[in-house]
Amino acid sequence: MEVLDADAAVADVQDGATVLVGGFGTAGMPFSLIDALVLQGAGDLTVVSNNAGNGETGLAALLATGRVRKMICSYPRQPDSHVFDALYRTGRIELEVVPQGNLAERMRAAGAGIGAFFTPTAYGTVLAEGKETRSIGGRDYVLEYPLGGDVALISARRADTAGNLVFHKTARNFGPVMATAATTTVAEVDEVVEADEIDPEAVVTPGIFVDRVVAVGAEQRIAAREGAVA
Amino acid sequence: MRAPDVGERTDVTVEHPDRAPLSRDELARVVAGDIPPGSYVNLGIGRPTHVADHLTPDSGIVLHTENGMLGMGPVAQGEDVDPDLVNAGKVPVTELPGASYFHHADSFAMMRGGHLDVCVLGAFQVSQRGDLANWHTGVEDAIPAVGGAMDLAVGAKRVFVMMTLFAKDGSSKLVESLTYPVTGLACVSRVYTEYGIVDVGPDGVTVRATYGISVDGLRDRLPVTIRRLED
Repeated sequence: MEVLDADAAVADVQDGATVLVGGFGTAGMPFSLIDALVLQGAGDLTVVSNNAGNGETGLAALLATGRVRKMICSYPRQPDSHVFDALYRTGRIELEVVPQGNLAERMRAAGAGIGAFFTPTAYGTVLAEGKETRSIGGRDYVLEYPLGGDVALISARRADTAGNLVFHKTARNFGPVMATAATTTVAEVDEVVEADEIDPEAVVTPGIFVDRVVAVGAEQRIAAREGAVA
Repeated sequence: MRAPDVGERTDVTVEHPDRAPLSRDELARVVAGDIPPGSYVNLGIGRPTHVADHLTPDSGIVLHTENGMLGMGPVAQGEDVDPDLVNAGKVPVTELPGASYFHHADSFAMMRGGHLDVCVLGAFQVSQRGDLANWHTGVEDAIPAVGGAMDLAVGAKRVFVMMTLFAKDGSSKLVESLTYPVTGLACVSRVYTEYGIVDVGPDGVTVRATYGISVDGLRDRLPVTIRRLED
């Protein structure tokens, strides 16, 4: 595990990469890492995130650059998703809508080495059209495939020098799952503490799933959320 | 006024044709009264959220929010607001003693795995066999957004729907078969509306109670076959 600054942590994101972006709305969104990715300039991206940006900051700012080719999410349409809405309505972004639980489980499968799985969610709906189905024990299921990323950008409250992470309340959301599902996982945190300062029993994401940590600081995290920094 | 039908366990359909239909608040109270003490419950966004206002602390009912929390408390006010502590509608909330946080895969395993006892959802339409439509109006140029609707529909042991019985154009939202896009098939067990409470499923529609209308009045207005509990 490396401790880097935000720019260095996203420097090798390639054009065409699939980027898993944590957050449920703005809770748990890695604003500083996204700001760094905007500056870094990689394009033709596929972004996987629960929503499709709020307001003008964070994921919305990345979408506004026009460098995201495809959005995979459960709930793009929100009162403040105008950046995505405009791109979608003018045909400048692809959209794959995935039920929220399937989105999480597909990433879990990618991180856990599962080849595919049968889920009851979405059976009989338009979101299951064209997908393999099977009746198992009298219940109908849809076959879903793993969804992994080249890089995961997540937000946690604290890391230790072994890369172990703890989160904060519902900002945890997709972070621990995405951390397992990407080739390179980058976590922005408020602080990096010594290896004995997080109780091993309290670790949420073990360091094996974390490649890079960026110590953003609480003040900077809040400022980035408010859009006060580039 | 006596609490309408709260907690009443009856084998006979109860008709209240001479009172007004249930208000939004009364309906929320009726739903709350039907949730067994100690249940783990997910309340959908909108109308179902108000059920929480009628749950008493001594009921031991634990609220689940699919973005990753059990033991959700009331909406946060003032300095209790924390942008990292929100409900599924992204509204800041509070935590109650015994609360826990977990990631999304665990949260949806709680649903899909049958660990949640009750889920209360809104709906555009419910069919007589319990098919649910609540995620998409079918309008061509709408941006599709499903969130957790399809997961919630198939997950909880019992799925309750709260909705107005009639759409703005006067058509029944309780239908023989869905015309709106499907959220889940044969997943709804009970529907709560201002005019009545009905069970749906393999046996079709069975009326438990009516408000501001009689069972025969419902038969005149709804496009489905209606049975009474005692039938």
